[in-house]
Amino acid sequence: MNFSKIKSDFELNFKADNRWKYLTSGLSNTLKITFFAVLLGVALGVLVAIVRSSYDKNSSEMKNGLGKFFLSIANAVCKIYLTVIRGTPVVVQLMIMYYIIFASSRNSMLVAVLSFGINSGAYVAEIIRSGIMSIDNGQFEAGRSLGLNYVQTMRYIIIPQALKNVLPALANEFIVLLKETSVAGYVTIRDLTMGGNIIRAATYSPFMPLIAVALIYLVIVMFFSWLIGILERRLRQSDH
Amino acid sequence: MTTNTPIIKTVNLKKSFGNIEVLKGINLEINKGEVLVIVGPSGSGKSTFLRCLNFLERPTGGEIYFEGVNLLDKNVDINKHRQKMGMVFQHFNLFPHMTIIKNMSLAPMKLLKLSKNQAAEKARGLLERVGLGDRALSYPSQLSGGQKQRVAIVRALCMDPDVMLFDEPTSALDPEMVGEVLDVMKNLAKNGMTMVVVTHEMGFAKEVADKVIFMDEGIIMEEGTPEEVFGNPKNDRTKEFFSKVLI
Repeated sequence: MNFSKIKSDFELNFKADNRWKYLTSGLSNTLKITFFAVLLGVALGVLVAIVRSSYDKNSSEMKNGLGKFFLSIANAVCKIYLTVIRGTPVVVQLMIMYYIIFASSRNSMLVAVLSFGINSGAYVAEIIRSGIMSIDNGQFEAGRSLGLNYVQTMRYIIIPQALKNVLPALANEFIVLLKETSVAGYVTIRDLTMGGNIIRAATYSPFMPLIAVALIYLVIVMFFSWLIGILERRLRQSDH
Repeated sequence: MTTNTPIIKTVNLKKSFGNIEVLKGINLEINKGEVLVIVGPSGSGKSTFLRCLNFLERPTGGEIYFEGVNLLDKNVDINKHRQKMGMVFQHFNLFPHMTIIKNMSLAPMKLLKLSKNQAAEKARGLLERVGLGDRALSYPSQLSGGQKQRVAIVRALCMDPDVMLFDEPTSALDPEMVGEVLDVMKNLAKNGMTMVVVTHEMGFAKEVADKVIFMDEGIIMEEGTPEEVFGNPKNDRTKEFFSKVLI
């Protein structure tokens, strides 16, 4: 392969017909889906983690009554959610959402955000639960002994410490999620992967578009890893 | 300096963990301004008893009256009463992700509705009193054990409690740091704070306690003034225990 071949290949794949726009608009879609799915995933994950760890910690101590009844129900629902989501492939969940549950909606971006968010929530939940369980019970007792109620103790004392401890695992989950969105093409979304694939199909030249797609994912993941590294260092302030 | 209405009164207080009965019916009265020291071998139930008083352990039977209210009553909001009972733990349990001043002002801000400035001012005042005025912006991990425990004490005091509970406050400290913590506690007692202290510091008990109880196997074996309990124990179990520990 000589230089002029590389140059003509490059022009064919990216410059001709403004094909590079498939990559930029694809990247924009990938980032949009990931961003909103992360928000949904963290919100769901924190909620499920609190329900699960509250149940594990308190159910044996609680008096029989309405509170215990609702907590048991919520815990059962969370367990089913975790089992189903973690037991099936994300691309199958995505297609079920698009072709069955939201069959009447053609807003594939919204369906993708929901699918990936709900999927990620299950993994985030288990990560955060492990963080909550890792906090010494003395922290909880100290909060309660001051008169803070259960929710306040969780919010101001337990969750901040738990999140800090699981930040590396959470960061990993975000990176996995970013890459998992590459199956969004199954439901007609033109994400980054799909963009590269469209170019490949048009030019019959797979090397450049696919390597370009891979490089873009790599650079973005490296960028986020760097950002999270900064965040971790800032949170470690109290450790000395 | 005690009045006649007990601030804490337990009636036949019981606690079981599964089949193991740890407290087998504790009857006790603590008056306002009184310093009660609980001693006894490990496993005797003294820590469990203390933790039952503010419901960190839920009693399985009996009654606890705190300022006239039965805490085992179904309609009691335990959080309200916990605000009035400060607790100090063996392992300090400071919040490691917060500075000292935030450790101290969190509960007053959330529960007593103090402003950030009011809470911080109060916290600084208390820190000065225990000689830690310059550590307000440190994190717990930057303090020595003795300093941590002094912070833990003033953190509880920030809520203006009526009673302070101490669960072996010096047991996790290096020997040279025990004194500074005991000094803070002595000061507190001198200023009229009602205190319930589980400890192995017999010297502290002799000097500060108004009443000492010796617990073993989930019951109160002996109860009286320090002179009575240490000087002239009646129970064989008490005699045996004191012969084994250095007084």
